Amino acid sequence: MRTLARRIAALLLVPALLAGGAALAQDKKTLTLAVTLEPPHLDPTAGAAAAIDEIVYANVFEGLTRIDETGTVKPQLATKWEVSDDGKTYTFYLRPAAKFHDGKALDAAAVVFSMERAVAADSANAQKGLFEPIEKIEAKDSKTVVFHLKRPEGGFLFNLGWGDMVVVHPDTAATNKQKPVGTGPFKFVSWTTGDRVVLEKADARAQLDRVVFRFISDPQAMVSELQSGGVDAAPNLNAPEAFAQFRKDARFEAIVGTTEGETLLSINNARKPFDNVLVRHALAHAIDRKALVEAAMFSFGTPIGSHFAPHHPAYVDLTGTYPHDTAKAKALLKQAGAENLEVTIKLPPPAYARRGGEVIAAQLAEVGIKANLVPVEWAQWLDQVFKGGDFDLTIVSHTEPLDIGIYGRDKYYFAYNSDAFRALMTELAGTADQARRYDIFRKAQRLLAEDSPAIFLFELAKLGVWKKGVAGLWANSPVQANDVTAAYWK
Amino acid sequence: MIAPRRRRPVGRLAVGAAIAAVIVLLAMVSLVWTPFPADRMAISVRLQGPSALHWLGTDQFGRDVLSRLMVGARNSIAVGLLAVGIGLAVGTALGTWAAARRGWVDGIVARLADVIFAFPLVVSALLASAILGPGVVNPVLAIGIFNVSVFTRVSRAAAMQVWGLEYTRAALAIGKGPLRVTLDHVLPNIAPVLIVQATASFAIAVLVEAALSYLGLSVRPPAPSWGRMLFDAQTLMALAPTLAIFPGLAIALAVFGLNLLGDGMRDALDPRLADTARREV
Repeated sequence: MRTLARRIAALLLVPALLAGGAALAQDKKTLTLAVTLEPPHLDPTAGAAAAIDEIVYANVFEGLTRIDETGTVKPQLATKWEVSDDGKTYTFYLRPAAKFHDGKALDAAAVVFSMERAVAADSANAQKGLFEPIEKIEAKDSKTVVFHLKRPEGGFLFNLGWGDMVVVHPDTAATNKQKPVGTGPFKFVSWTTGDRVVLEKADARAQLDRVVFRFISDPQAMVSELQSGGVDAAPNLNAPEAFAQFRKDARFEAIVGTTEGETLLSINNARKPFDNVLVRHALAHAIDRKALVEAAMFSFGTPIGSHFAPHHPAYVDLTGTYPHDTAKAKALLKQAGAENLEVTIKLPPPAYARRGGEVIAAQLAEVGIKANLVPVEWAQWLDQVFKGGDFDLTIVSHTEPLDIGIYGRDKYYFAYNSDAFRALMTELAGTADQARRYDIFRKAQRLLAEDSPAIFLFELAKLGVWKKGVAGLWANSPVQANDVTAAYWK
Repeated sequence: MIAPRRRRPVGRLAVGAAIAAVIVLLAMVSLVWTPFPADRMAISVRLQGPSALHWLGTDQFGRDVLSRLMVGARNSIAVGLLAVGIGLAVGTALGTWAAARRGWVDGIVARLADVIFAFPLVVSALLASAILGPGVVNPVLAIGIFNVSVFTRVSRAAAMQVWGLEYTRAALAIGKGPLRVTLDHVLPNIAPVLIVQATASFAIAVLVEAALSYLGLSVRPPAPSWGRMLFDAQTLMALAPTLAIFPGLAIALAVFGLNLLGDGMRDALDPRLADTARREV
């Protein structure tokens, strides 16, 4: 119903905003950003919703390390660290001046508390797997923390940079959902449900005095708000069709960047006939990725052939594995005894899914598969598809960085059970050497392409639009974040 | 005294009937022929303006807009027919029953109709779709139930009037039962009011269906509907304004035509009703 209300509101409000919006964001110490989704709450350690990190990551909450615009691990709360020769002991030295927004010092005890809280039985952390390699943590002194790992973990420093691993204070951990208290350059001021979150400068690292995140789920409304000056920036414009007009408009910067969003036609591998690899291969041959990206995303997006970001150094181009070939797809379906197939595709709200779904349904029709499109809201999608596994096919973008490991999980919604793949992931976890890790990534990509547990469609592009004069916003999205710590008005 | 000049009812009737006929004709033709298959995508020719090949251009997937408008008309007409049909059948039965029986039957029927009538149509249709889920059936039911109240009120009021006339009492006196009298005398006499109301309600049903499909609560994609086409066109206005103009025109024309038709028929069938009988929603 919220989407609905937004659409109605968008219709009614556009003229009013065109008239009144221009006055909203004039001073050069405030930045107003449009985000598509309102987060369920603001504690990144207690929920999977990307919308949380899109507001608080790096701005309000900080981890020991962070991931920067290029996807590189950088120091954050830890100014430096040492790794033992066996790769199992990490010693972190905390930033001396770091303190929480309520004035309490950031010390080793808070780090230990945060990690232990995240793995506790009652923890709602969405990425408990990140903490799994940790055997124990000790506070050596108030500003030094030592992590002992069960085994060498090649991606450990990167993992510490995830929003799920940020450091919170014991006194405020319970209330972070509504009133987040972190150590970042911005502190939380207010949250008006359905409208906005306001952050304010907390220390000298912030260049802006005030940052406002406004929730605007309707693409057309977002476009109108940008044009009328109601918002200064839309780091992720969810209307690719409108992007071209901003490119031509001298008042705006329109920047195409990369995301970590592998967009998939996810398959329920546990359900007949999709448990048959021939059927999955037929689906892969039936899809014309290039046409899909053009029609659904206005050509913004890069076709992929496995679950890996094309800008990553370990990427293998497997897009040629299943070329668009309707005859081949039909033959495979016949061989599998799955002719006259009728399937449902559940479509969450984003344009890539709703529009992509229409294109895919048309492409599947050409190989004799009748696809019924079922639009669902995010809550329904999470409940029915992600948690309940009640679906044939669905379209969704997996936006976490380097998340190929999801295919090795025991219970994941697409029910891909491959011992070979799990063995690769175990090998990966025990490998610290980068070149060898990349080799394993490549093997994993090839295995996924071969098994096709999902149809790999395209990597989402990040379409950022902001007013000329705004600087320091990310062009790419290596993690789900709208880091404004370096943002300023020229 | 000079009588005020009346606008020629025949003109309105003809124009309204012509528009409605064209739309119905296009919808019927679409059952056997459309310029292109309505769901066929051709990405290479997407977002084209009107041309000799695609008279009204193509949409974001390269589908032919005229073909989709024709098929979408079917949807609008089906929703209108069903929603008005439900209202006309049930509402007229209830209204004439209440008028014939009076007493407690009348009290209950009239109050119930008032209660349903008190809910704004669009809101109750939205509610039905939100609770029962999207699909074409639920809006039809919601609009239909609303129409039941409309036709109950209209037929009851008109039937009451007929029951007050001498020939109905004469009919009773020669031994006809209330049902017989209703069928023989009341219904034929209130038919003009009902026909006029049906036309007006049809226009409203088309409009509400367009609103619901605009909001994604009616037919599912890829099946075309006018409201859905309008919604899809919304973000493409800067690129292809015709995509929004044609479905918008179709909706406006259909509603305009049906209203003209209703007005024209009202004037032609019973000029006395001209200023009283229309029920606005």
